[in-house]
Amino acid sequence: MNELKEAIKGGAFLVEDLDASRIFTPEDFNDEQKMIAKTTEEYVKNSVLPVVENLEHHEFEHSVRLLKEAGDLGLLAADIPEEYGGIGLDKISSALISEKMSVAGGYSITHGAHVGIGTLPIVLFGNEEQKQKYLPSSASGEKIFAYALTEPGSGSDALGAKTTAKLNAEGTHYVLNGEKQWITNAGFADVFVVYAKVDGDKFSAFIVEKTFPGVSVGAEEKKMGIKSSSTRTLILQDAQVPVDNLLGEIGRGHVIAFNILNIGRYKLGVGTIGGSKRALELAIAYTNQRQQFKTPISSFNLTKNKLATMASKLYATESLIYRTVGYFEERMSQLSPEEQKDGKAIAASIAEYAIECSINKVVGSEVLDYIVDEAVQLHGGYGFMQEYEVERLYRDSRINRIFEGTNEINRLIVPGTFLKKAMKGELPLLQKAAGLQEELLMMMPEEVGTEALAQEKVLVANAKKIGILVAGLAAQRFGTKLEAEQEVLVNIANIANNLFAMESAVLRTEKAIGRDGEEKAAQKLLYTQIFTQEAFIEIEQAAKETLIAAVDGDNQRMMISALRKLTRYTPYNVIEKKREASVKLIEAEKYVL
Amino acid sequence: MNIYVLVKRTFDTEEKIVVSGGKIQEDGAEFIINPYDEYAIEEAIQVRDAQGGEVTVLTMGGEDAEKQLRTALAMGADKAVLINIEDDVEELDQFTAAHIISEYLKDKNADLILAGNVAIDGGSGQVGPRVAESLGINYVTTITNLEINGTTVTIKRDVEGDTEVLETSLPLLVTAQQGLNEPRYPSLPGIMKAKKKPLEEVELDDLDIDEDDVEAKTETIEIYLPPKKEAGKVLEGELADQVKELVHLLHSEAKVV
Repeated sequence: MNELKEAIKGGAFLVEDLDASRIFTPEDFNDEQKMIAKTTEEYVKNSVLPVVENLEHHEFEHSVRLLKEAGDLGLLAADIPEEYGGIGLDKISSALISEKMSVAGGYSITHGAHVGIGTLPIVLFGNEEQKQKYLPSSASGEKIFAYALTEPGSGSDALGAKTTAKLNAEGTHYVLNGEKQWITNAGFADVFVVYAKVDGDKFSAFIVEKTFPGVSVGAEEKKMGIKSSSTRTLILQDAQVPVDNLLGEIGRGHVIAFNILNIGRYKLGVGTIGGSKRALELAIAYTNQRQQFKTPISSFNLTKNKLATMASKLYATESLIYRTVGYFEERMSQLSPEEQKDGKAIAASIAEYAIECSINKVVGSEVLDYIVDEAVQLHGGYGFMQEYEVERLYRDSRINRIFEGTNEINRLIVPGTFLKKAMKGELPLLQKAAGLQEELLMMMPEEVGTEALAQEKVLVANAKKIGILVAGLAAQRFGTKLEAEQEVLVNIANIANNLFAMESAVLRTEKAIGRDGEEKAAQKLLYTQIFTQEAFIEIEQAAKETLIAAVDGDNQRMMISALRKLTRYTPYNVIEKKREASVKLIEAEKYVL
Repeated sequence: MNIYVLVKRTFDTEEKIVVSGGKIQEDGAEFIINPYDEYAIEEAIQVRDAQGGEVTVLTMGGEDAEKQLRTALAMGADKAVLINIEDDVEELDQFTAAHIISEYLKDKNADLILAGNVAIDGGSGQVGPRVAESLGINYVTTITNLEINGTTVTIKRDVEGDTEVLETSLPLLVTAQQGLNEPRYPSLPGIMKAKKKPLEEVELDDLDIDEDDVEAKTETIEIYLPPKKEAGKVLEGELADQVKELVHLLHSEAKVV
């Protein structure tokens, strides 16, 4: 991306249109990125999967060995600049590593915690000495990193942490006291990024080494899934942390925490793609091989229907996630070398896409959960048996809806951030909303063209209008009290999630048709048609419920009728479309485009 | 040591082969380095690391094969050569390939040339030996171990499951069998470095080869997929009758007796 373009604004998709050429799609991977993906796949297949059983039984000496091996291959160095022993890859390559790694189940959480939340705070917010000291050993896997934010009493309310830090009398060390709970990699990590309140009120981040006096870990947790990862409590009892190990500024820890959470969410989303692909592949392979009534069960229409639904959800999710990866790549690659060393500039770039990060997390984790659930279902009783990989995938999936901020918290973030941006004038919500009410009264049903994606584009355009209408009316009705109307906020978030997903699918398919022609993009078109239509139904429902809650009397009747105008279209026979889409899936025995 | 590796771009082993209009459909298919050639590349890199020298990977084909060469460079080869025949040669066979490759290699003073035992697509296993033949150097096929001491080379080769040990000398061409080594996959720094390594492209003109001189000596008459596997049959009844029926079926249905 040599040409400087005005970076796309976070949340803009709700109020503005984007040209298909501006989004990044998985069809745009270059040869090196594909090679990096391949290396990661090979590493997972040849090194990790053969010891999955050992890892599931907490034989973590394998995790340490595997991370070292990953370090030798460069798989820990993507996000670390070259001057600190890393490779400093683009964000797309880094995302591909996360996607491919996720097939390794709980071990991918080990890897992700090390390269992501464990190391990135130092990459992004560390000072020169801290980067020199810690990053080379992270890139090589010589030292293993972890991240300690959650406490027994503070999960979603991260800033409610009780761990304290107090400067000692000599002024040489901060003395940390408290407990950090559910810390990934704690069983073998050497370095922890820990949050504590200096003097009990100034939320701050520290780099804490395991060998510092007063640092210890609790017993291994017994978890439902991701058993291949180590999860323990980090115990700080008068822990002696040198003053040089303060990360960022005193009292500014929340800036680090929230941005790392944003990145964590975005990376979590990327990871769900790999898991979803694997589950779908297992489901198709099994239904092809399993015979009942002397017929492979993949030849039953209900199986075809399920496979096609899974694949079209996956297509839309993959589209929205790599679109977001593209946003980050574009924005980060445009930072000047000085800005790249400036925590504030980086924080601003990440925070810009807080809405997209939350959507990636929510949609990715829920689609993964849907797909693993259906994959187990398609396996019948065998899917309930531990000999089948899909059983582990099902258990491993569940945590994704909980960690990095529950999906509920993340849903609340979407409209909250969006309205804040609108109030600040960063997004033209209010202008659009004002024009819209009038437009709706005059609106005549549009003639939909017959060319590919014509209907989907109308649905996307109308979904945007619905989103603006509903968000505008809710803001009007509840004003500053909107925060308490969590049900309404979640409805708006659901509209935004579906809108972002369907628009991303439409734009990706449009880009593909432009490049390869309609025939070669036929499968993508089918997924897009299926997904868009089903997402639109959910948008309509969420909008209706919200309108009824936010508007009364005559105005309510008017708004409901406006919604009806916006949701009038001639639907496809989606049953037929799904049968059609399943053909290629069943033949290829994997997610295929 | 001056080492060359002959590499072929082939269908991914996981691809389903589709034949239509008498041709194998390549549309949308994934391509890889022929797996046996990967053993050859790995061995070349190991020999170079132990003995010093340079590894050049060489392939013949079209522009698309650059990708496989880059992968070999990312694994650790030093240089790559693509003999681009896209515009010059339409029908080719083992003779064509061997002739062109040996013309390229004849003045390169290679000490060691490695190739895969067979390519998984054509499966002839001829190109390596033919190249050695026209260069006038020794060759050993299907090797599973290689030890070089000065110019003396000790080789283990796979002979239908048994192992033959033999000694020969450089310059030498060997073809790699499974078990020779465990090919590495490119590391990320390797991938980034590969971008900057030299990849030379030559055409038949550069080698003073006339298209007519490399015309294929064989003719492909038909391309078809193996017949679909039918479900097995379990014979029933008295043993003697079963035997009778089996013999009958082998005659009439399977037509193998």
